[in-house]
Amino acid sequence: MTFDASEQEGRRGALPPWLKRLGSLFITLVVTLFGLLLVTFMIGRVVPIDPVLAAVGDRASASTYHKVYLALGLDKPIWEQFLIYVNQVLHGNLGESVLTSRPVLEDIGTVFPATLELSTVAILIGTLVGIPAGVLAAVRQGRLSDQVVRVLGLVGYSAPIFWLGLLGLLLFYAKLGWVSGPGRLDVGYQFSVDRITGLMLVDTALEGQWDAFWNAVSHIILPASLLGYYSMAYISRMTRSFMLQELGQEYIITARVKGVSERRIIWGHALRNAAVPLVTVVALSYGNLLQGAVLTETIFAWPGLGMYLTNSLGSADMNAVLGSTLVIGAAFVALNLLSDVLYTFLDPRVRRQQ
Amino acid sequence: MLNRTGLVAAVAFSVLAFSAVTPARAATPADTLIEAWQIDDMISLDPAEVYELSSSEVLGNSYQRLVNYDLKDPSKLYGQIADKWTVSADGKTISFTIKPGMKFASGDPITAADAVFSLTRAVKLDKSPAFILDQFGLTKDNVDKMVVQTGPMSLDFHMDQAYAPSFVLYCLTSTVGMIVDEKLVMSHATNGDFGYGWLKTNYAGSGPFSIREWKPNQDVVLEANANYSGPAPKLKRVVYRHVPEPATQRLLLQKGDVDIARNLGADDIKTLKTDPNIKFESGVKGTIYYMGLNQKNQYLAKPEVQQAMKYLVDYATIADTIMGGLVKVHQTFEPDGMLGTLDTNPYSLNVAKAKELLKAAGVPDGFKVTMDVRNTQDITNMAQAIQQTMAQAGIQVELIPGDGKQTLTKYRARNHDIYIGVWGPDYQDPNSNAQGFAANPDNSDAAKSKTLAWRNDWNIPELTKETDAALLEPDSAKRGAMYGDLQTKVLNNSPFVIMFQQVEVFGTRKNVNGVVVGPSFDNNLVDGVSKN
Repeated sequence: MTFDASEQEGRRGALPPWLKRLGSLFITLVVTLFGLLLVTFMIGRVVPIDPVLAAVGDRASASTYHKVYLALGLDKPIWEQFLIYVNQVLHGNLGESVLTSRPVLEDIGTVFPATLELSTVAILIGTLVGIPAGVLAAVRQGRLSDQVVRVLGLVGYSAPIFWLGLLGLLLFYAKLGWVSGPGRLDVGYQFSVDRITGLMLVDTALEGQWDAFWNAVSHIILPASLLGYYSMAYISRMTRSFMLQELGQEYIITARVKGVSERRIIWGHALRNAAVPLVTVVALSYGNLLQGAVLTETIFAWPGLGMYLTNSLGSADMNAVLGSTLVIGAAFVALNLLSDVLYTFLDPRVRRQQ
Repeated sequence: MLNRTGLVAAVAFSVLAFSAVTPARAATPADTLIEAWQIDDMISLDPAEVYELSSSEVLGNSYQRLVNYDLKDPSKLYGQIADKWTVSADGKTISFTIKPGMKFASGDPITAADAVFSLTRAVKLDKSPAFILDQFGLTKDNVDKMVVQTGPMSLDFHMDQAYAPSFVLYCLTSTVGMIVDEKLVMSHATNGDFGYGWLKTNYAGSGPFSIREWKPNQDVVLEANANYSGPAPKLKRVVYRHVPEPATQRLLLQKGDVDIARNLGADDIKTLKTDPNIKFESGVKGTIYYMGLNQKNQYLAKPEVQQAMKYLVDYATIADTIMGGLVKVHQTFEPDGMLGTLDTNPYSLNVAKAKELLKAAGVPDGFKVTMDVRNTQDITNMAQAIQQTMAQAGIQVELIPGDGKQTLTKYRARNHDIYIGVWGPDYQDPNSNAQGFAANPDNSDAAKSKTLAWRNDWNIPELTKETDAALLEPDSAKRGAMYGDLQTKVLNNSPFVIMFQQVEVFGTRKNVNGVVVGPSFDNNLVDGVSKN
């Protein structure tokens, strides 16, 4: 029996760390997505909605009904339906949506950019306001500014977004006229902007249509601020608590004794260390936003993933639900990966381990 | 030091966010009509498939049929693409002649070939609305022999029986009877799909407007069709924007960012009535609101209980106050505007009378029963009001809220006690609703036809025969009287508490004129709309 030289080499030495890492990442990805699919599929099957009815409507003839019943594969056992679906997905086919009768991938390609754009602006607002606010609250613990930040955070946590959204529209759009109303663009611009990425802000900027760009900004700012406010509430709370933890550490005392300026201690030392867990907090918030905010999308007539997913779920449109779930799952995994990468930059210990 | 930096950053950002980007405020473009509307039910633009409210309306503005009816007097039919038609002596064939010189939006001339193609195509594709044409004995296999071209501008429509001509013609006014451009559609056909894959999201008609684009759950854009044979539309463009939330629609309308808001609730209408820039256009629609009482329930199967329930609905209060004028009281199964409809509403809230009837039924103290309620605002409010009045006679109604598709699934499986239903005719002919409320050809669980009577386990062989007979009566007046008779029977003795007919209300800006709110969903027309 002979061994190929390279194979022997591979057996003797351990796998290179990057390959190991890539391998474990791939396994995580597959297991996560498969688990997600399985759970979603089963939920879809126990919902007391007749998926054929959702597809053909109440008035279809018995023959049309039967035809669609067979086309959806509902005559087969559930496990077989699931395997067929997984097989399709592995071949890059997410199937057709029953509701829109278009390929699910195409549908998601239309709705996801709207959600992505809204979430990204929202998380930027949430982070840029939330972190300084949290730092402020921690540094001035127990004082007025701390109380203000905490109360604002509490309101953000507890006020129903539906109510806050309508209120925001009423005030900033209807009464004050500071922002544009629901939708992504004024009708006047709608026909002049070509779709490149599906992100309005990017497309208008790429095409150099600055009027349309500012119009898109004036449309996105209110819903994004609203969602950003919710993230801000969470981020500022977490920042405050991480900062309090760091500010109590001995290295801070040492730094003070050494005469390091307070500004440097807070921003350079404490926040730098608090930033590591904060990355996870921000990534999780972003992940939550990417699922699409159904209520916000409804009030602001924002054609995003949340509305698509809810509509599909309400009609037992399983291909669409599963497809959206996959996208959300993939987004979460990607964000996890991103925060892992950021860890290596922020935390020297992680870097050393690798 | 730090607090100041943090505060300044936060404040500066908020200020920047809200005030730096002051949008240019302008009314909607003068040549464009913008409507805020819930259009998430739209799944296709192909007349052979369209069956949803929003897409029917879009098609109604962009396609033409062989024949159509007068919106002011739905009993009058006129030729739209057809010049004239004649019925054969045996009553089994209608021959149509096409008007000369008409064109599709593409510029192709409209010929008999297009009409034959459109009707045979719809039968062969066999999508949801195909049954409207199948009723005349058309099947995928025989349709090429049943709908035939007899000359460049003439065609014959054969049927398996001598159906009432009015019935056939009214069915041809529905969206499935719309005429598509054969040449254009077939140029996009793949794998023998008759261009279905393409037409689902594209346009091949000849109406006043052409469909420029449709982005699902976002908007539909219509543009004036330069090749339209009738009077040119007054506006260049119509945009239907999907705005799911009624309160948002109201704000958009008040700000003048849309010209028409389509799904205002009773509260929104009340608020807008004081706004000097807003007016309302309304029209009675064919949709009927009713309660279905399942005969499998021992109490609901008693005729006296059914009768008692008809006296336990506060019709007037629900229509005027709770629904804010979005419905009107209507107790027969044919809506106003339909051939043979009866204009009679004998029932009103009368608790004493109901108690007497319950006593006669042997349940003087009432009973417990459940009601499946779709979780939309209108149906929920209605159900709560009914629950209160029923309680006055001792009937305890437990409301079970659910998503529309969920409650409908349960209803179609006959697992409900009481179901609040909404039912609109499939086409502008009395047969449509008669088939629902007064026919049940097979009451077995395996029945193919799940009519409303079937869903409530109401076995009515006699009434079914009468409904079928009305289909074959060639004399319109006699036929109308037959439906009048059927309505009386269902009104007096049936498990249906028919309560209201829908009134569709558009909130519009003051400068918008010429909006037509027609009797059916496919004739809310915008070609006559202008803006000052």
